[in-house]
Formats: sequence, structure tokens, C-alpha cells
Amino acid sequence: MKHRFMKAVVTGAVVAFSATGAMTTAASAAECIAPANPGGGWDFTCRQIGKILFDIGAVDKPVQVTNMPGAGGGLAYNTVVNERGDDADLIIAASSATTTRLAQNAYAGRTADEVRFVGAIGADPGVIAVAADSEFQSLNDLVDAILADPGSVAFAGGSAVGGFDHLKPLMVLKEAGFTDIGSVKYIGVDGGADAITQTVGGFTQAMTGDMSEVVSFLANGDIRVIAVLTDERVPGFEDIPTATEQGFPVVAVNWRGLYVPKGISDARFEEWAGKLQQVADSPEWAQAMADNGLAPFTRVGGDFQSYVDGLVDSIATMSAELGVTQ
Amino acid sequence: METLANLALGFSVALSPYTLMLAVIGCFIGTIIGALPGLGPSNGVAILIPISFALGLDATSALVLMTSVYYGAMYGGRISSILLNIPGDEPALMTTLDGYPMAKRGEAGNALVLSGVASFVGALFATIGLILLAPVLARVAFLFGPAEYFALYLLAFCTLGGIASSNQAKSAIAACIGLGIAMIGVDSSSGLPRLTGGNLHLYDGVDFLVAIVGLFAIAELFFFIESHGKGSSIGVILEKVTIPWRYIKQTSWTMLRASVVGFIAGVLPGAGASLGSFLAYMSEKSIAGEKGGFGTGVPKGVAAPEAGNNAAAGGALVPMLTLGVPGSGTTAVLLALLMTLNITPGPTLFRDNPDVVWGLIASLLIANVVLLIMNVPMVKIFVKILTVPAWILLPGVTLISFTGIYSLTGSYFDLLMLIGFGVLGYFLRKLDVPTVPVILGILLGGNMEDALRRAMTLSDGNVAYLFSSPIAVGLWLAAIVGFVAPMFLRNILKRPQAVTD
Repeated sequence: MKHRFMKAVVTGAVVAFSATGAMTTAASAAECIAPANPGGGWDFTCRQIGKILFDIGAVDKPVQVTNMPGAGGGLAYNTVVNERGDDADLIIAASSATTTRLAQNAYAGRTADEVRFVGAIGADPGVIAVAADSEFQSLNDLVDAILADPGSVAFAGGSAVGGFDHLKPLMVLKEAGFTDIGSVKYIGVDGGADAITQTVGGFTQAMTGDMSEVVSFLANGDIRVIAVLTDERVPGFEDIPTATEQGFPVVAVNWRGLYVPKGISDARFEEWAGKLQQVADSPEWAQAMADNGLAPFTRVGGDFQSYVDGLVDSIATMSAELGVTQ
Repeated sequence: METLANLALGFSVALSPYTLMLAVIGCFIGTIIGALPGLGPSNGVAILIPISFALGLDATSALVLMTSVYYGAMYGGRISSILLNIPGDEPALMTTLDGYPMAKRGEAGNALVLSGVASFVGALFATIGLILLAPVLARVAFLFGPAEYFALYLLAFCTLGGIASSNQAKSAIAACIGLGIAMIGVDSSSGLPRLTGGNLHLYDGVDFLVAIVGLFAIAELFFFIESHGKGSSIGVILEKVTIPWRYIKQTSWTMLRASVVGFIAGVLPGAGASLGSFLAYMSEKSIAGEKGGFGTGVPKGVAAPEAGNNAAAGGALVPMLTLGVPGSGTTAVLLALLMTLNITPGPTLFRDNPDVVWGLIASLLIANVVLLIMNVPMVKIFVKILTVPAWILLPGVTLISFTGIYSLTGSYFDLLMLIGFGVLGYFLRKLDVPTVPVILGILLGGNMEDALRRAMTLSDGNVAYLFSSPIAVGLWLAAIVGFVAPMFLRNILKRPQAVTD
């Protein structure tokens, strides 16, 4: 009996340890921290970029992926700043959510200048969509309705209040000269699909999210995308107008990229930027982007760092007006 | 006919010696993951995703493996609920209420076999429901807005009072503690942290697995230490394991009703398996009335939550596959798996990827049959765990609990919290306050608050919005009846031990 039980214990321990075992890293191999559980966007960034880095020979050992979920990426950020500030072999997955939270002081006092943003090599274009039977035919219709009565339109999105999905329609409204952004109704639900469900169900009037979230609903005819928040129309979706061409020059994309610890040398930073550029140029990455509904968006090195700085500034300003900064 | 043709397509994809082997392995691993406290179906599946990458499995094989683990964990959760009074995962919570008393009475084998059969019935019912009704049921999600969800959670809380028959006030206090704990973390409606003390580890709130393992397993350990290893409630009488046909016959209607309730709860995104098993248990309890003896170890009290949670697990796949909206934590992980396989669930999935959908459905049916066949003989092995002396068993369970919880986020903070919950559980039990409502408060409280806050945002704070649809009004009425009825019934029926408290 005891023998059998011990077997059970050992099996359990093996199962449990295999989880933690996966997190330990071999020395000298590059490590990528995904600040979330397996399966999400950050996990995808680490696994895909890590795999391609090795496949194209940019690194000589497979990149270890560590999942460190917690506080919407804050736990990983804090760990990198406090404990691994000069680790030259460490890269960390980041996205618009990272900069949004930093701008809103949602990482418990950590600021954006405590790491270095090394590059983004793909982006999910922001979209604003309405139900197929909605009265709003264009972004102008929607904006006019809000200008006439801010309470008449409620948005649903996959991020929390003050998150990137919330900010997208507000950026558009600011371009329209609307200043009372706190009066625009927004509910944050569990992901873009849920936001569409609420909008098609008529509980909210519009959905704000990413292109990848709306594709299958669009194909099914449930929704109409009234604006995509990119410079130019997205390949494959040429019939969806940009916000810019409707008179609201707003570009808001959910970029996928990496940051590195602050304490590494400039040479090492440039080296990572170069490797990332190699990944961006590889056919493997082109395929991964196509499979996951990402549009090309390549900014690396110092260029990306200044893009991030600008982004953090503008989000911080808007968040202060919204009252969501901590 | 079309359905049959589709199903044949599914089986042609999913039924090969290789995938069958994966199904058996997945079911076995899943059962163990489910049975181990601290490892639930969602982190079990999450742990295996990188492994399925490493093995280089193709989409169908990965799906077969993951669904077997998913269903296996739903089966496995009941084992530690019944044998140790420690729920292996959150949907198995309600099974402790009658399963453990049955085991103490020496009917551990009966309870395990019965719950296995109930799990089979629930899962089979849900899979059939998924096959026949998925496209239709997907539209149901469009009918549920914030007001409707709030009323649904309210219904759950209103029936909570009856959960522990001894003292309703204590259940209410326990539920309030749970609701209070659910408030910890970043407030979804303002993005501001609440009650976190600036600690980043608390920003995501308290993981209910930490709470469950702490309140049950660690508290049990404290009791064991206090009694110097004697008088622990672990350790039960054994008897020969036979198939309890009498119980199965007696509970057949209960299983069917519970399957329906669980399936409906599962189909609603945002409700999930825990609510399914809870509502199944409470509805059967009220049908049986005071004479039903729920909570004292009756077969119906074991069959109802198990049929309910397995049906809900299947039901949760409906919104996941047809809308891309996960109905539970585990389906959220399965959704992530599908997306890493470059399959985006949504309204076009059934049309564009019939091989994936029907392959998945076929693998669910396969997993379900494998689990039933595997579980009945395995019961003999499981019950032998009970012959292990408590002084070996409890430290072993504790070890596994700590490892499991550490694997959640890899942070020692969760371990400290685990011990904290153990202390809380110890004092609550000393004060005879039931711990099940605490967990339900944590599980459902956050969702209920979110629904209310969203409703208030949409209506500019107008309370009338909460009663603005027939569905919401219906749920409110059910909630009020559920809350008030026991008060009147208690005077009519014989008073339980309320006075002695």
C-alpha cells in the first residue's frame, strides 16, 4: 500500500517539478521572460522570436522561455529591474500593454526608463467595430453621436478601464476636438471576443480592440469594422477605411516587441537590436505574423526607444485626464 | 444525417492507435492532476502546452491530449474531495459536502464509482448537447449582458445560506469573508489597486487555488498537529469495492437534472464549471428538501455536483468554440492552445475548420469513455490511499500542495499566502464556520462585482437597469425565492440543529 502511495507522491512531484523545472535556465543561453502564463500574446512573442532567433542562427543555443505571470507584467518588470538589471542574456516580451501600464504607474512605482526597449517587430492594428445592424456606418457617424450626447454610445473592450483598448476611441475623440473624455462610457470585459459578444448583443454600441480579435466575427457578418487605426489600410482588409482617411489621424497598434535590462552595455543593446532586425526580415517571422493576424511594424534600437518614450508621454497625459493614473 | 457525417469525419481524424494512446495517457495524467490539491485542470493544461510544443505534436494530437487532460482533471478532482475532504480543484468543491461523509461511513468505493458514473453522464450529456446545439446555443451569449450576469451570480449567493444546514448566519459570514478576499487586486473598473498594500503579488488578486488548498489541506494539517496525530478526520473504514447499481439507479434522475443545470451554466460565458456544480447541488438539495439529508453523505449529493461540473465543463466549450469567449479558466487555456496552433475559435470555426471541431468533439467522446473504463478499476487503487497512515499521508499531501501552488507563478509569496489561508481555515473550523462559502465568495465575488460595475457604467448608475430584461427579472425572482423560501420552509419542516449553535 505504502509502496503505491509513494508512487503516487513521486508521480505528483514529477508532474509538479516538470512545471518548475521548465523555468530554470541553463547558464549562458539567452532567456526570454514572458510576463504571463503560457498561451497569451507575450508567451507567443517569446516562443516565436526565441525559436526564430535560434533557427536563423542569431543565437547558438535555444532560447529558454520563462513564464512569470503576475500584476499584468509588473512582477516580471520588477524582477528585471531589481534583480537582473545587468543580465546581458535576458530579453523580456513586451507590448502596448507594457507601456500603457508604465505610463499609468500601474507597476507600483516602476518607470519606463528603468529598462531599455530594444524593438518591436509586428503589430496588431487597432480597430473600432459596431454590430452589423448598427446605425453607425462610419467613424464620423459614431463620433457625431458622441459629440451630440456622450452618454449615448458605450464601448466594450478587452482591457481594463484606462487600458489600451479604452484609450483608442478616446484618441479619436480628441482629434475630433472632444475634451470631456471622462464622460465616454467604457466597460472592460474578458477579451476582445467577449467585447464583441456584448456589442452584438446590444449591451454596448461599439467595440474597441485589435484586428486579430475581430477577423472571424467579420467573416461571419456579425460586425462591421468602421475604422482601423493604422497609417494605411491593412493588407487583406482593403475595404476597411483607416481613421486617418476619415479625418481622425490616429495610429494605435498593439505592437509586439522586447525590452532588455537597463544595465547592459550599449554594444550589447545594439547587438540585440540587430538580432531582432534579423528576425523581422526572416520568412519564418513573416509566416508567424500572417498566421496570427499581425501586420508588419518594425522599429528597433534607438528609434524604438524614442517611439516608446513618446507613447508613454501621450498615454500619461491622457490617463491623467481620465483619472486612471495611480 | 449531416451531424453523423461530421461525427464520422471527427472520428476519422481522432481515432487512430496513436491518438488513442495519447488519450489514455492524457486521461491518466489528467486524473492525477485533478486529484492533486493545488493542481487544477487549468494549470494542468497550461503546464502541458509547452510540452506539446516540445513533442512537436500536430494540431489534432495536441487537441486530443489536452482535452483528455481537461476531462481527466474534471474526473480526478472528485477523488481527493471524497477521500481526503480536500477538493482537488475548484469545481470539485461541492463534492466534499456529501462525498467525504460517505467515505467516512465506509462507502468510499461506492462514492467514487457513483461519482465516476455521474461524471460520465454529465460529460456525455454535455458533449451531445455540444454536437446538436452549439450553433444555436452560441446565440444565448448575446442575451446575457452585465445586468443578467449580476442576477445570475446573485442567485448563486442567495441559495448559499442553505449550504451548511447548521447555521445560516455562519454561512453568510463565511461568504462575506470570501467576498472581501475577492476585492483584493486591481479594480477592473478603474485600474487602481485595492487592498494590495502596494504588493505586486496581490495585483492579480488571490488565486482561488491558493485559497482552496490553504483552507482545506493546510488547515487539515494544523488539526492533525494539534491532535498529535490522533483524531484526525482522515482515515476511513474500507470495504470491498463493488459497483453500487442501487445508488446509480436511485440517482439517475438527479444525474440528468444536474447535467441540464450544469450544461446551461457552462454555456454562459463567465459562469463556468464551479457555478455549474454549485447550482446543480443546490437545486437537487431543494428538490430533495430537508428529508433528503444533503450534507450527511447521501448518494444524490455526490452524483449532482459531479454530473453538474462535468456537464458544465462540456458546456463551457460552446462559447469557447463558437465565439472565442472562454466560459471558464480551463477553456481559457484551451483557447490559448488553439490559438498557438493557429486556429482562432469564433463564429467561422465550424465552417472553416470542421476537421478541428469534429476532431475535438470525437476526442471528447473518446476521452469520456476511456475515463469511465479507467476509473472504475482504478477506484480500487485510489481507496487504498486511505489505508496509508495519516502521519505519512498528510505530510505527503502538504508537500504536493506546496509544490503545486509554487508552480502556479513560481513565487514564494503564494506559499506564505497558502499558510495564511491554512491558519484562517483552522480558526474558521474551530468556530464551526463552513469554509465552502468562503471559496465560493472568492470564486464568484469578483465576477459578480464586475457585472454590477459594468451595469452601473452602462446605465449611468440607474439601478432600474438591473431589472431591464425578462431574463434578469426571472433570475431576480428565482434569487428572492431561493433566499426567502428556506426561512418559511424551516418553520414548516422540522427544525434542524439550529438552536444548539
